[in-house]
Amino acid sequence: MSLLKVNDLKVHFPIRGGFFKRVVDYVRATDGISFEIEPGETYGLVGESGCGKTTTGRAVIGLNHVTSGEILFEGKDIAKLRGKEKRLHTRDIQMIFQDPYSSLNSRKRVLDIVAEPLRNFERLSPDEELSRVQALVERVGLNPEAVYRYPHQFSGGQRQRIGIARALTLNPKLIIADEPVSALDVSVQAQVLNFMQDIQKEFNLSYLFISHDLGVVQHLCDRIGIMYRGRLVEEGLAEDIYENPQHIYTKRLISAIPEMDPAKRLEKTHLRQAIDEEYYAGYEQSFDENGRLFDLKKISDSHSVSTP
Amino acid sequence: MITFIIRRILVMIPQLLLLSIIIFLLAKAMPGDAITGAFQGNPDADANHLEEIKEKMGLNDPWYQQYGRWLGNFVQGDMGMSYVHKQKVSSLLAGRLGNTLLLSIATMITIYLISIPLGIIAGRWHNSWADKLVVTYNYVALATPVFVFALIMLFIFGFSLGWFPITGSVDIRAENGSWEYYISKAKHLVLPTLSGAIIGTVGTIQYLRNDIIDTKLKDFVKTARAKGVPEGRVYTRHILRNSILPIAAFLGYEITLLITGSVFIESIYSYPGLGKLFIESISTRDFTVVSALVMISGAAVIVGTMLSDIILSIVDPRIRID
Amino acid sequence: MGNTVLEIENLRTSFSIGEKYYPAVDDVSLKVHENEVLAIVGESGCGKSALALSIIGLHEQRTTRLEGQVNFKGQNLLKLSRKRLNKIRGKEMGMIFQDPMTALNPLAAIGAQIEEPMKYHLKLSAADMKKRTLELLRRVGIKNENRIYSQYPHELSGGMRQRVVIAIALACDPVLLLADEPTTALDVTIQAQIMDLMKELQAQMKTGIILITHDLGVVAEMADKVAVMYAGQIVELAEVNELFNHPMHPYTRSLLNSIPSNMPNKDKLHVIQGIVPTLQKLERTGCRFAPRIPWIPASEHEENPIIHEVKPNHFVRCTCYKNFHFEEGELGEDDHVLT
Repeated sequence: MSLLKVNDLKVHFPIRGGFFKRVVDYVRATDGISFEIEPGETYGLVGESGCGKTTTGRAVIGLNHVTSGEILFEGKDIAKLRGKEKRLHTRDIQMIFQDPYSSLNSRKRVLDIVAEPLRNFERLSPDEELSRVQALVERVGLNPEAVYRYPHQFSGGQRQRIGIARALTLNPKLIIADEPVSALDVSVQAQVLNFMQDIQKEFNLSYLFISHDLGVVQHLCDRIGIMYRGRLVEEGLAEDIYENPQHIYTKRLISAIPEMDPAKRLEKTHLRQAIDEEYYAGYEQSFDENGRLFDLKKISDSHSVSTP
Repeated sequence: MITFIIRRILVMIPQLLLLSIIIFLLAKAMPGDAITGAFQGNPDADANHLEEIKEKMGLNDPWYQQYGRWLGNFVQGDMGMSYVHKQKVSSLLAGRLGNTLLLSIATMITIYLISIPLGIIAGRWHNSWADKLVVTYNYVALATPVFVFALIMLFIFGFSLGWFPITGSVDIRAENGSWEYYISKAKHLVLPTLSGAIIGTVGTIQYLRNDIIDTKLKDFVKTARAKGVPEGRVYTRHILRNSILPIAAFLGYEITLLITGSVFIESIYSYPGLGKLFIESISTRDFTVVSALVMISGAAVIVGTMLSDIILSIVDPRIRID
Repeated sequence: MGNTVLEIENLRTSFSIGEKYYPAVDDVSLKVHENEVLAIVGESGCGKSALALSIIGLHEQRTTRLEGQVNFKGQNLLKLSRKRLNKIRGKEMGMIFQDPMTALNPLAAIGAQIEEPMKYHLKLSAADMKKRTLELLRRVGIKNENRIYSQYPHELSGGMRQRVVIAIALACDPVLLLADEPTTALDVTIQAQIMDLMKELQAQMKTGIILITHDLGVVAEMADKVAVMYAGQIVELAEVNELFNHPMHPYTRSLLNSIPSNMPNKDKLHVIQGIVPTLQKLERTGCRFAPRIPWIPASEHEENPIIHEVKPNHFVRCTCYKNFHFEEGELGEDDHVLT
């Protein structure tokens, strides 16, 4: 059984307009998405800004209201749960945010930041709490003394690791990582990515890795879903997506990755032009009569594409 | 744009209704009513007779019927009788409203005349001695209660030096409409206006200074400099244009603040405006006047914020609604 | 290669922090030619943006000290009055900024913003300015130029705004373009479009471009020549193919190894030990990269590292590149040190 199974998830936000500000339409931020994540697996949700990837991640952890669909976590539908019950069932899901500068409360010590989830769920004596937090902080590669410091005393990479320590506090099974390295410099990014792989092995974690950076995703993810306008246009193993992309939008995204060999850049520019032409020419054909992208259809055991 | 204004006005109606209900109920809850006022100190009034009059005037009806009548009359300009002045509230207000408006607008113009240049100087050359001077002025003005400052002004320029009159809004000997009449009106306005304005600049100066300091560092200012725009133009065309926005937006609100905040100044200079009347009416428990005044200032606040919204939507292209 | 457009000699840009001045750009010498893209690459805090702002004179004057020379068209820009500098900025030299969401004045229409530099530098009638502006908009790939002309920044997408920013920089046909992270804030596909657009425009206009970026992918796609900066200094300078095929300085090699797209399989990425020191804490004698490769013996470094031309047109600072190797087994625990 998969750890997380998302079934036809929809998150719609109302648009108000007209004289009396009635709901005239909906922004279909996430419009019927289904995917599964196995224990220990890294699933990459990829797309450009506004494609709905962040909305989807936030809906899974309960930060966005779910319009319809199921979110089965260890077999239990958590989409419709509210309040305390929801929190109990989602303690095994934690989140890491994009910006290490703003996602940590600057007025709290590292101890209080990392211990916060603990305090919500468990009653520990201050000593027990301290030793739990120190062990975690040490695990993310910081000095145990660091727990008495404040976030601004750390570099960006260190802060992101404090964020990870907080997410690890309750021994989660699934971590939703929303662009966790895109605000970091390359060498710091490498540090955080390596670290995420280490703890994945150690704790048998699953990741829902949300990113726009196809290089990072290729490096980290086992399976990938490409999102566009609230829908998945293609899903498959990393090699399916990178070596055998089927949907024109996937091709376009992949061709946009900068070419690391300067000798091949002209070629790359021409390839992009060709793909762009195909993309614009065939744009209408990607959608059904309601302007919605087609459902995914399997083309191999691991690979599906949105086609009519 | 038009839809926005109309919608904004429609939103105002329930706000005003709610305000009027609260005021009406509060006035009802006060001890005494129109009858006790009218027959105050009249030993001949006998209880049965009073009860009869009460019945006739509808004072025994349920509150919502009374409220309906009161509101109906209010809208038609009949705000009831003042217990103390034995005069219609509407005629009591008529002249004073004009005086207060005049004072408020004069004060506001003076505030902008002082605070915009000072705010610009302090913001553009911040940390310079000029800025420090402005900031010091700001702190002093912030710490000085307006009535203390008004008294000092009155004492120095009115009493000791005798440059300006210190009571009233116009010389009673001046003939209405004559040249002397307007001169006298203006002279009477000087001290109350300055007293209010010099203290009232604090917020605007601070706001403008801080906004300029923030805006100076914005990327689009770098873009302007990279275009080779002369420094003076960088300020007028790019920085000020953005920094003046919040102040423009504050304009409507500022007016209402002045109308409602004229209490001290008007009392100190015995300036016959709404503020002075308000204080007098509270001390003599003239509740029909008090509730009419509260209603008017409440309405002024609501209209003022609406004005602010409309101004903002005109000057800022990002807020174009429908 | 065409004529030299810009020549920087021993530029040092220092910022005052507290009582003292600390150099953020230290001993930088560079040349940019006509029709050449010089990329300056490095991580945040390496001084690349400070370098760009020094060239165009956009630093806060009261807290910045500039030494050395920035020679442009026979004059040292560092010595020019603001008035004379304003005759050059926007006319001969244009700048593209990182974030198109903040680089445009929110209260001015697009057309007016593009016409502004023309107003100060070109003697054109209003009608000619508008004509030129519409043409520029078309050239940066905007199709409905008449509509965009009277729209405001908030009505445009990020990619469109960046095209407008480019149009502003090109408004007076500059000979030099400074582009500070021009694609960093954009979505992947938009980034690719903007890169291709800049390459196309450069081919037409023969402008010299200084491209400031942290993204080696963008460098590989756009640059002719690359300068790698670390802690305020240029540590390596070479033609783009040479740099990617034969990187020499330990920092360049480490950076290339830490990019995920160079390691598509799940191998460990290279992590550079330690952290970039702050301006105040930076040791200014000896090799500045030495603390981050502690396994290399001190004898490998120069005492006062200078730039060596190790091959024709390939420059490397310090001697530590000669016997540099990555650490055995790599991947030790990184910084346990607190900042």
